[in-house]
Amino acid sequence: MVSPILELTNINKSFGHVQANKNINLKINKGTIHGIIGENGAGKSTLMSIVFGLYQANSGSIKINGKEINLRSPRDSIINGIGMVHQHFMLVENFTVLENIILGFEGETVFGEKLQKAKEDLEKLCQTYNFNIDLDATISDLSVGFRQRVEILKSLYRGAEILILDEPTGVLTPQEVDELFKILRSLKDEGKTIVLITHKLIEIMDLTSEVSVMRQGEMVGHTKTEDTSKEQLAEMMVGRSVLLRVDKKEIKKGETIFKVNNLSVKDDLDVTRVKDVNLEICSGEILGIAGVTGNGQTELLEALSGIRKVESGSIELFGEKISDQNNFLNPRMLKEKGLAHVPEDRQRMGLISDFKAHENLIFGYHDQEPYSKSAILNNKEITEYSNKVMQEYDVRPNSPNLITSNFSGGNQQKIILSRELNENPKVLLVGQPTRGVDIGAIEFIHQRLIDMRDKGAAILLASVELDEILSLSDRIIVMFDGKIVGEKENKNVTDRELGLLMAGVA
Amino acid sequence: MSNIVVDKSKVPWWVSNVIVPLVNLTLALLVSGLFVFIAGENPIEAVKLIIYGSFGYIQGFAYTLYYTTNFIFTGLAFAVAFHCRLFNIGGEGQAYIGGLGVFLVAINLSFLPVPIVWLLAIFGAFLFGAAWAYIPAYLQSKRGSHVVITTIMFNFIASSLMIFLLVDVIRDTNQMAPHTVKLPEEIWLPSFEAFSGILGIKIRYSPLNLTFLLAIASLFFVWFLVWKTKWGYEMRAVGHNTQAAIYAGISPHKNIIIAMCISGGLAGLLGVNEILGVSHKIQAGFPAGYGFTGIAVALMGRNHPIGILPAAFLFGILYQGGSEVTFEMPNITRYMFVAVQGLIILFSGALENLFRPQIESFFVRRLNREVNV
Repeated sequence: MVSPILELTNINKSFGHVQANKNINLKINKGTIHGIIGENGAGKSTLMSIVFGLYQANSGSIKINGKEINLRSPRDSIINGIGMVHQHFMLVENFTVLENIILGFEGETVFGEKLQKAKEDLEKLCQTYNFNIDLDATISDLSVGFRQRVEILKSLYRGAEILILDEPTGVLTPQEVDELFKILRSLKDEGKTIVLITHKLIEIMDLTSEVSVMRQGEMVGHTKTEDTSKEQLAEMMVGRSVLLRVDKKEIKKGETIFKVNNLSVKDDLDVTRVKDVNLEICSGEILGIAGVTGNGQTELLEALSGIRKVESGSIELFGEKISDQNNFLNPRMLKEKGLAHVPEDRQRMGLISDFKAHENLIFGYHDQEPYSKSAILNNKEITEYSNKVMQEYDVRPNSPNLITSNFSGGNQQKIILSRELNENPKVLLVGQPTRGVDIGAIEFIHQRLIDMRDKGAAILLASVELDEILSLSDRIIVMFDGKIVGEKENKNVTDRELGLLMAGVA
Repeated sequence: MSNIVVDKSKVPWWVSNVIVPLVNLTLALLVSGLFVFIAGENPIEAVKLIIYGSFGYIQGFAYTLYYTTNFIFTGLAFAVAFHCRLFNIGGEGQAYIGGLGVFLVAINLSFLPVPIVWLLAIFGAFLFGAAWAYIPAYLQSKRGSHVVITTIMFNFIASSLMIFLLVDVIRDTNQMAPHTVKLPEEIWLPSFEAFSGILGIKIRYSPLNLTFLLAIASLFFVWFLVWKTKWGYEMRAVGHNTQAAIYAGISPHKNIIIAMCISGGLAGLLGVNEILGVSHKIQAGFPAGYGFTGIAVALMGRNHPIGILPAAFLFGILYQGGSEVTFEMPNITRYMFVAVQGLIILFSGALENLFRPQIESFFVRRLNREVNV
């Protein structure tokens, strides 16, 4: 038997306390399109970054054509015939296609006749694979689909035999996806090996001949694509791992507190990300929003919390309109009405990492008594309160004067939660409450959310962790492409069903 | 490759805030010494002259403190805006316009009791300086016009406006020079020699006056504002992370404007020193570069009042001691001291992080070793 072109054995990689890859084994055969599928945070991108030399594995070996190699930088990988097309393109916008491709190799090619030679080589490549690219075009004039082709061309020109594509279709229109698949197939026909990282089942079924499934940093299965089905893959991807048991009382559903009517929201780039969404949340209820990242959950939460303007439709809180396309209440006014918000991205939004812990513990509540009186911060009260909540939420280390960036991710998250839950909000918006948080803290955070619900708060929980949604929610909605594509009571609903909805299949 | 990664949490505060600035300062002075040497004078003699000129006799020391007063105001002005991550380069223009505020209040209200005139004049200086900073602040917050650009332009506009006023509107008509009439003597701020006269010590004239105490008070004011009030808290929040500020319901627009106005107001207080304290009239170009030097003072003082005080004092020494040197050493012109200031700005501002990683990692390693032993 021929040895596989790429073989990974027992790859381990951790970032701090988080183990992103655990004992990964993977064999990829020459001339195939091999899919790697898994949820967000399953460790796919980390694994491929190790193969491309961006990260170094803590242990394990990488073999190419049966020969063990040591990849310390992308340059080593390129020399060994590995190319990678990232989700975010690495192109210089005001350079031409040709200039971008020879960038980094210009030592020998940039001047004189060698440039001409490079151009001829590239034109030949373009023809072989039907790239249809004008080498003298400036990158900023090209569409996203063409930019991606430039990235592929760049890898090929540098001698890539194995081409890794990280979520290549996320930014493409359906037509561009078709074009890309055509190119990938012709690459395969010429004997190149392609590794496709994706969380979209359709692409796997369409394009690949073999598929490997990752879940929570582990490789959970390999199979030939023809021997499997979308349903089976979804099951493997989401996993039947034991749900975290959370003691949950019978729901005591109260009156409707939060109501969203025909809501549409645009993002900063003026793209509509939330499309005509209707939902209601009652007191004493946790409504879970399942969905793959980037399907409008972020913008929905931002609109509900008063950070983002509403494009059309309206939002009502306690029967009072708080947002429509003309007005919206700012976050502070909403806080006074009893709305708390744990944002998805704590670094970007929930905290100021250069502030001390106690400063972050009053963030957003800093102008309320007792933390400040007539504009002067009351240090004594703030310190007392900080000591108290840091103990209650077991924030480690328990030092209110430490700069926040020195806390671990889980403890930073606890700082946010203690701040937002301390005021006993009537409505709580929570995004990814346990992202990057260790297991012990996850249980603690889940229990707090359940306690809030039992006290009668209305909770909206957005998470990409299906386990989390399933173990906490009373009712689940699934968002795909900005729309609500399914709504289920959390009884007898299976993760498989949700997985299919999330992937936009069902 | 010199990619030294230092765990910031392990660096003691005195290394980043005392040792690093001192190393940068020493380097600047060493290079300056080289210039002095090339100019054909003895650098060690020059240092002696600087020390004598700024400390050696009472009048010299008074001059040093007078310069320090101006640098405290302009340094604080830059620092306040910087906590909201705004680079207010317009201290010069704001000080100029602030001077107009002092003068207009003092000349028009001189019939009021003297301490009230002083208070109102200080208020006028602050208000006019703040108003001049308000326009760039508004343009930044509403239109996104970068304050670095607009404040520089506003320095030129302030200069032209003041020349116009001094020539055509408020000029002392008995004089050909572009300056105003003098304020009535009874509302001048008491000078240092007046104080020492009371104590029975007779010293020669110096421009040091009561404004020095106002500068010290301003240091406290800024410390309190930035670290002890919710306004300072919000300004810092906007400066560190605008997204998070919006999440917490803090308005970036409002805070940009508040920070810039307080910044401009502090720069405006320079007018109190110059006009109510020293020359008692507006002279063309009286801010004389203090506004720009204030940027270096703030950078060197790490934008904290506790750092700004010694930094302002250092520049005071250089100004005063420098004039002593140019007086005694014919080969050293006063432009040489502009170059020395430039070097200090270069080393403590632009090249601030040149040696920081090396110094910090050196101390981190050393201290860790001590702990391990």
